[in-house]
Amino acid sequence: MDTLLLSRIQFGANISFHILFPTITIALGWMLLAFKLAWQRTGNEKWMEAYRFWVKVFALSFGMGVVSGITMSFQFGTNWPGFMEAVGNIAGPLLAYEVLTAFFLEAVFLGIMLFGASRVPVWMHTLATFLVAFGTTMSAFWILVLNSWMHTPAGFEMRDGVAHATDWLAIIFNPSMPYRLTHMLLASGLTVAFLIAGVSALRWLWGDRSDAVRATLRTGVFVGAALIPLQILAGDFHGLNTLEHQPAKVAAMEGNWETRGNVPLLLFAVPDEAARENRFEIGIPNGASLILKHHAAGVVPGLNDFVGEDGSVMHPPVAPVFYSFRVMVGTGFAMLFLSWGAAILMTRRRAGVEGLPRPVLWAMVPMALSGWVATLAGWYTTEIGRQPWLVTGVLNTEQAVAAVPAPMVATTLIAYLTVYAALLIAYIGAILYLARKAAHGDRPETTTPRGQPMAAHVPGE
Amino acid sequence: MTYFGDPALWLPLTFAALMGLSILIYVVLDGFDLGVGVLFPFAEPAEKDRMVASIGPFWDANETWLVLAIGILLVAFPAAHGAILTALYLPVAIMLIGLILRGVAFEFRAKAPPARKGLWNLSFYAGSMMTALSQGYMLGMYIMGLEQRPATWAFAALTAVFLTVGYSFIGAAWLILKTEGALQRKAVGWAKGGIWGLILGLGAVSLASPLVSPRIFDKWFAMPEALFLAPLPIISAALVALLWIALRRLPARDDSFAWFPFAVSIALFALAFCGMAYSFYPYVVPEKLTIYEAASAPESLFIILIGTLFVLPMILGYTALSYRVFRGKATALSYE
Repeated sequence: MDTLLLSRIQFGANISFHILFPTITIALGWMLLAFKLAWQRTGNEKWMEAYRFWVKVFALSFGMGVVSGITMSFQFGTNWPGFMEAVGNIAGPLLAYEVLTAFFLEAVFLGIMLFGASRVPVWMHTLATFLVAFGTTMSAFWILVLNSWMHTPAGFEMRDGVAHATDWLAIIFNPSMPYRLTHMLLASGLTVAFLIAGVSALRWLWGDRSDAVRATLRTGVFVGAALIPLQILAGDFHGLNTLEHQPAKVAAMEGNWETRGNVPLLLFAVPDEAARENRFEIGIPNGASLILKHHAAGVVPGLNDFVGEDGSVMHPPVAPVFYSFRVMVGTGFAMLFLSWGAAILMTRRRAGVEGLPRPVLWAMVPMALSGWVATLAGWYTTEIGRQPWLVTGVLNTEQAVAAVPAPMVATTLIAYLTVYAALLIAYIGAILYLARKAAHGDRPETTTPRGQPMAAHVPGE
Repeated sequence: MTYFGDPALWLPLTFAALMGLSILIYVVLDGFDLGVGVLFPFAEPAEKDRMVASIGPFWDANETWLVLAIGILLVAFPAAHGAILTALYLPVAIMLIGLILRGVAFEFRAKAPPARKGLWNLSFYAGSMMTALSQGYMLGMYIMGLEQRPATWAFAALTAVFLTVGYSFIGAAWLILKTEGALQRKAVGWAKGGIWGLILGLGAVSLASPLVSPRIFDKWFAMPEALFLAPLPIISAALVALLWIALRRLPARDDSFAWFPFAVSIALFALAFCGMAYSFYPYVVPEKLTIYEAASAPESLFIILIGTLFVLPMILGYTALSYRVFRGKATALSYE
């Protein structure tokens, strides 16, 4: 394998590993704040118990996100020096603002949030929790601005092969940014909702009947049920935005070779790029035209439009985009059925968690990781769909790669993959261990942070 | 943008100064928590918990200064960023894996099953060692002008050891400040054991830089510069002497002067850093690329500068707040 492919695999592996954890911490930070405020408002200990369990998962996820994020900040330079040389004037300030407005905020206040409860007044601890959640979201904002700009660059001009900023508002609010940000924040919310529901279901199945586990199971199911329709809608809008700005990506997602109307929605197919056709197609007639153009005869762009006269292919590799997209959408619908099914069972006759049959609870357990699957599949769709461009129309991925010898990239790649695999196992193992410990009654004793007399809250009940 | 003269001149200088400040803050702050990791095998299990407790609330923010430094290199001097990081590809990879291993160990050693704690302690130690050694190696290679030769590798191997021992020294100084009783007495012993790393490290860097580059030699030993610069080595030597005297008397019965070794370590790191900055200016890639040649477009630097001037004081402010909240002797870490 050559340096380009190895570098792409290495960066892909790093960013895939990394995104797992911010996807959890972005929404879990807000969830923790909600638990904390619910406790302060109602005085009900179950919320504090929920907070204490999930803050551990948060700390664990945050640590994983930090260390894998540091790795990425270096790999821009070690593996992709051409990226910053060409578009550093745009990417640089955006990354700088991420570090300045997000990284320090989260890192400093995380210390107070985790270990400071007995050292600061309650309001400051709540404020620290808020600032950590705010920081993670700011971080998501800036990095998605940069990522979106790479997909749909705006507000710049090229001088001597180097991008120069001309309009920062146009750069920040580039055409795909609002859609991508919304889609990702909802993805984070869903990931956390299903993680909380799944882990709580597991604790329930292990015999934990505490009020806290009831509360978190309900929260997970209902937040998931509320967000998934919004996400399907946001995804649809994002798709239309992509159709407008990156038609080659949509063509690959739909597996559509020729530009034409009445394009079916392919449920399954095996795209064959050599023959430039699909095998084993199963589709819904006119489906893709209806979704993308809102009428059956709507013309959908085809991949063959993106092949130069000299045979140079300027569209992304079809199969990975095509499959990833289907994995994402399939997982999304599984989330829809499970969360709505569970929500209906729980509200029917006000049955609560008792209304959930064991098979549903068991289904929730593997679905705890459904957010990860959908998020990764979605990112593969959009990022592989951006190829062969690193920055659409501006910079090829090939032009940006470092001239590092391939064996060196291969060696470090193997080292990273080994570490990541071990850490992933350890992470899931630790969450299961924490869940088992909590389920078997080894809950942290219920103490009250300084200056927070419980009685002060009870009258509100 | 012509209010302060030519921005193509002062903007790169400002960013070089900001980057230098971030690197210095990083080396001091992550230096002490890496040092605590380096000292791990010498401590008993209960002491290990206390040592981690002394750095638990800080390590993450400390590492963020590295991200800021590398970020400034990336955004302000993109050409240099690529040149330096591709030249240091392997040590960077080792450092990153080290940072991963130690960073996750903070959480895992407290949350994974107790039977695994030994494994995570090992991960914490190994990660700290990998990080410290590779940073020292990179420092050596940088002083050697990023030239890849057996002689430069040998020098870099030396600085790797010296910086690691130097980190263990500042880690011990931190523990003298943040702990008490038996562990504090142990930390004084560790500091005495580690001070040679600091001295040899300072010596090696000070001697090698002028010998490698005639340009740096001239900057230091020409008159009258030599006179102005003389205080730098003299103050450093005096501080080392004071440190040695202090370590023989610590810990005091009323715990006075427990802050002294840590404060002096900071001063020594800062002085050494100023010396290096003076040597290498105006180069960002030694003898190849100046900060002016490597700088990004002024309009991009300007927009970062505005943000930095606004946000950096806030960062310093809430960092100070965090050190204030967790002031005093380290207590057992708990979420309660």
